[in-house]
Amino acid sequence: MTPLLEVQALTKGYGGRIGCSDVSFTLYPGEVLGIVGESGSGKSTLLNCLAGHLAPDAGRVIFDTRADGPRDVLAMSEPERRMLGRTDWAFVHQNPRDGLRMRISAGGNVGERLMAVGARHYGDIRAQAVDWLGRVEISDSRIDDRPSAFSGGMQQRLQIARNLVTGPRLVFMDEPTGGLDVSVQARLLDLIRGLVRRMGLSAIVVTHDLAVVRLLADRLMVMKDGRVIETGLTDQVLDDPQAAYTQLLVSSVLQV
Amino acid sequence: MTEYNFAYLDEQTKRMIRRAILKGVAVPGYQVPFASREMPMPYGWGTGGVQVSAACLTPEDTLKVIDQGADDTTNAVSIRKFFEKTAQIAVTEKTAEATIIQTRHRIPETLLTEDQILVYQVPMPEPLRFLEPSEVETRKMHALQDYGLMHVKLYEDIARHGEIATAYSYPVMVEDRYVMSPSPIPKFDNPKLESAALQLFGAGREQRIYAVPPHTRVVSLDFEDHPFDPSKAPHPCALCGAEDTYLDEVITDDAGTRMFVCSDTDYCGARCEAAA
Repeated sequence: MTPLLEVQALTKGYGGRIGCSDVSFTLYPGEVLGIVGESGSGKSTLLNCLAGHLAPDAGRVIFDTRADGPRDVLAMSEPERRMLGRTDWAFVHQNPRDGLRMRISAGGNVGERLMAVGARHYGDIRAQAVDWLGRVEISDSRIDDRPSAFSGGMQQRLQIARNLVTGPRLVFMDEPTGGLDVSVQARLLDLIRGLVRRMGLSAIVVTHDLAVVRLLADRLMVMKDGRVIETGLTDQVLDDPQAAYTQLLVSSVLQV
Repeated sequence: MTEYNFAYLDEQTKRMIRRAILKGVAVPGYQVPFASREMPMPYGWGTGGVQVSAACLTPEDTLKVIDQGADDTTNAVSIRKFFEKTAQIAVTEKTAEATIIQTRHRIPETLLTEDQILVYQVPMPEPLRFLEPSEVETRKMHALQDYGLMHVKLYEDIARHGEIATAYSYPVMVEDRYVMSPSPIPKFDNPKLESAALQLFGAGREQRIYAVPPHTRVVSLDFEDHPFDPSKAPHPCALCGAEDTYLDEVITDDAGTRMFVCSDTDYCGARCEAAA
């Protein structure tokens, strides 16, 4: 089986400081990989390098493209990478304000990707927007409202709809449930889990919330100071942590 | 009068502007940066168009200047006088007799020919500006032909108003490559952008020149199920009776009485004369 994404020795520094160093992993179709670690451990740097938002200093990111098979994303031209970013890839930001256009209606937000890849039929675009708002449990009467009139949970769901409308195969999520209260978090996780399973998506989820990875991720990668210190099946890592830092992380979770 | 160099600008500046114009003609719809000069008028009064006209004028040219279609409005009169004084060229109000026409917000009704140049005054050359505030980003979008956002704007129009409500400065695609702002002409004029004449666009404050060479393909953006509609007021002209021209609505008294008249004064005047 061809891996969907293969990362080899990815390194990114900020001047003298390490962002992430020598990170390698493979991700297979339909698999969800969780990346955990404390603030400043290089999770977001890694994710942004993978998604093409940051240019890494060294390493390779090989993605199994629909048309030409495995290709090095970093060697692609900017238009190709942008095209990938709005067809096969999706990026869900922690803060919906970073991922949504706040002054454009919910329907326009969902339709933007479709229009960017060439959809030119208003009725079709709108029908798809209605369909996707339904799938993320937003009433279609809200289609012409701006995201600024939405609650935090709705904004995050809208961001997910906007990203998944072109049927991507790989979703990058940066703290998708950060800043939401627990009941909203639970519903959002339920939704994400359903979508991932139903659409057969692969996903890379960056978070510091161990409950989120327990629920979503098949495999887990623990990062500290820019390096990967432990990898394994989620349950295995969380139930029997090997590295000292992972043990600390797991034992730090508050029990209710 | 010998105090002014021909057409006000010095020769080096005119050469610089001509280079920008040539580049613009070579890459239709692309906004070429140029070193816009201070002109003896405020920004927003046509400094870009005046500089392009100055660079194009020769002593044999006949100049016509229109503002919203009219030859007798303040802006048109003062720019015409400016070039009469600084270049001593012939001027006219008749579209067919002019070799260079500087315009603000209209394209003349009379079809232009290959011997004519139409110079537009452009306040905001970047069609994506109100969607994307960063110049770095909009340039990248042009370079990568990344124009999905433009349709998002049109989508929003339909979602909110039931139709594409953009009535002027309606974005166009030039030669299937660059999305371009046609300057604030009414969308009624958009079909006339495919013209036999050379069309030059000058934005003084924003320091950009762009061009549409003769017979270039210019397509107004739209949706398949909401096609482009060059609408106008559903009236004939009250003076000359024309039914196929762009009309100004003129309020004639305090009781709200109004009349619709051609905005192109030369075209309307010629028709009235022919009828009389």
